[in-house]
Amino acid sequence: MSSEPEVTWEIASSKPASFYSTYERKDELQHATHYCPGCGHGIIHKMLAQAIDELSIQDRTVLISPVGCSVFAYYYFDVGNVQAAHGRAPAVATAVKRSRPGSIVISYQGDGDLSAIGSAEILHAANRGEPITVIFVNNAIYSMTGGQMAPTTLLGQTSTTSPRGRSAAHEGYPLHVSELLATLEAPVYIERVGLGDNKQVAQAARAVRRALENQVRGLGFSLVEILSPCPTIWKMSPVESQRWVRDVMEKTFPLGVLRDHTQAAQSEAVPIPPPPLSMIPGIVGVADAGLPAEMTGDADVPALDLQVRVAGFGGQGVLLLGEVLAEAGLDAGLEVSWLPSYGPEMRSGTSNCHVRLSREPIDSPLVTHPDVLVAMNEPSLRKFCSTVHPGGWILYNGEASPEDCDCRGVHVLARPFTQIANNLGDARAANMVMLGALLEIAGNLPQSSVDSALGRLVRNPKWLALDETALVCGRRLMREARAEVSHAG
Amino acid sequence: MTDVSHRDAGLLRVDTDECKGCGLCIEACPPKVIRMDESLNPYGYRTARYAGAGCTGCGICFLVCPEPGAITVLRAARPRQSTAPGQQARP
Repeated sequence: MSSEPEVTWEIASSKPASFYSTYERKDELQHATHYCPGCGHGIIHKMLAQAIDELSIQDRTVLISPVGCSVFAYYYFDVGNVQAAHGRAPAVATAVKRSRPGSIVISYQGDGDLSAIGSAEILHAANRGEPITVIFVNNAIYSMTGGQMAPTTLLGQTSTTSPRGRSAAHEGYPLHVSELLATLEAPVYIERVGLGDNKQVAQAARAVRRALENQVRGLGFSLVEILSPCPTIWKMSPVESQRWVRDVMEKTFPLGVLRDHTQAAQSEAVPIPPPPLSMIPGIVGVADAGLPAEMTGDADVPALDLQVRVAGFGGQGVLLLGEVLAEAGLDAGLEVSWLPSYGPEMRSGTSNCHVRLSREPIDSPLVTHPDVLVAMNEPSLRKFCSTVHPGGWILYNGEASPEDCDCRGVHVLARPFTQIANNLGDARAANMVMLGALLEIAGNLPQSSVDSALGRLVRNPKWLALDETALVCGRRLMREARAEVSHAG
Repeated sequence: MTDVSHRDAGLLRVDTDECKGCGLCIEACPPKVIRMDESLNPYGYRTARYAGAGCTGCGICFLVCPEPGAITVLRAARPRQSTAPGQQARP
């Protein structure tokens, strides 16, 4: 092709080693993050991973994931990971740093998490001068939950809870967290950066690296606030939202270093690690104290211990099905738990819930091996069928369970519940037909408790009547199925 | 890319399965050598595509890309034999 010598290429920039090679969050899409196109989290994740690589601290880094879109950071970063309750990441980070003083602890938080519900935690962690690194991702809105007003929402900015634009008179002014924290004495380094253009992005990468470096050097509390685009909730294209950061957001939240005491800060000696857990009762003087007296069962309470998993597409009434079951159990005097579980992504979604009913106190609301699986679609059946307890039941919304689905050792009731509900009046009552079948399995739960739960949760009389019919129908289907089994046996 | 100019200091690879077509790299690229592909990837996104020549290897596209491994930037390993003036566009 050419007489000139071949050029050999070497990699200048590629996926940082601190990311996992594949992301095992779901069976599908393991090569890409769950973030929307143009999301600032991805960019910030990359800066952080690059800084971790450059400082060679991957083996001793612990990342605290928040609540928000970045809740799944632990699926991406190949470091130690802890996921904290909403807003509590700085408190968890404090605990990790103090119990493992040699670790590098990063609290990664959004503005809903850090500046609203977590405002106390960040304030006190900063005031104590905890030697941690906080990455504060500010997009001026609650994005994961669909765009409600955050403390950081700009004046005039519309959100689902400030539809006419935020007004200072009604909602107050945007909270300037970095400025607020910069009034404290302890923080060593606070800088606000943005993702508004190339220059800003490059500066943001430098600031993230610096904030980590401060911790490696043992200097003290460092925080980087990053103004970050959210194209989906701002309803802009990725490029427009990038410009909005630079042209609009930056006017309210000026970029720059708000605190830099890194020159004067003394590198602290590594503190003594805390005593082992087994010594704690002795230290606080409760070594001899017994556990609380066991609760005793009430004679009137039905004998029932049931673990249920309900799964399907969003909109199929998965959560309501579980809620009615749990409410009915509550009405009957049982201990109950209902744990909804659905993804944070704004695009596509499945949902499922865990329900437990028991005469004994419930230790964990998680149901990993259900006695009954209610699978409202095929993906849910495939996902959970192998988890069902041997001898348990699968209620499947379909003509028959697929042949390649391993349902050995469990009973299966496969019926086209959506079609059955449609014949009763509305396809949306499929969840109640399935609940009817489920109640037949949980035979000890009184119908009166179910009726009263349904009455509380379904207010519309038309729907209530349909749901009651659907429950009866579901119970009948299950009785018929059982009769068939006993005839066949 | 078969038509890479050997005079370029850099080279760009896009993993079209990972790219979500946000276009931030296209906006960020100083010499403007990234385009949006007309075709769709298996997930329904149009993806970024290197125009084939003119990459300076600056790496800013990598930094602004929200996906961890969608973009890989390579640089020529050894000094080029001849430099054509004006080949390396600057921002």
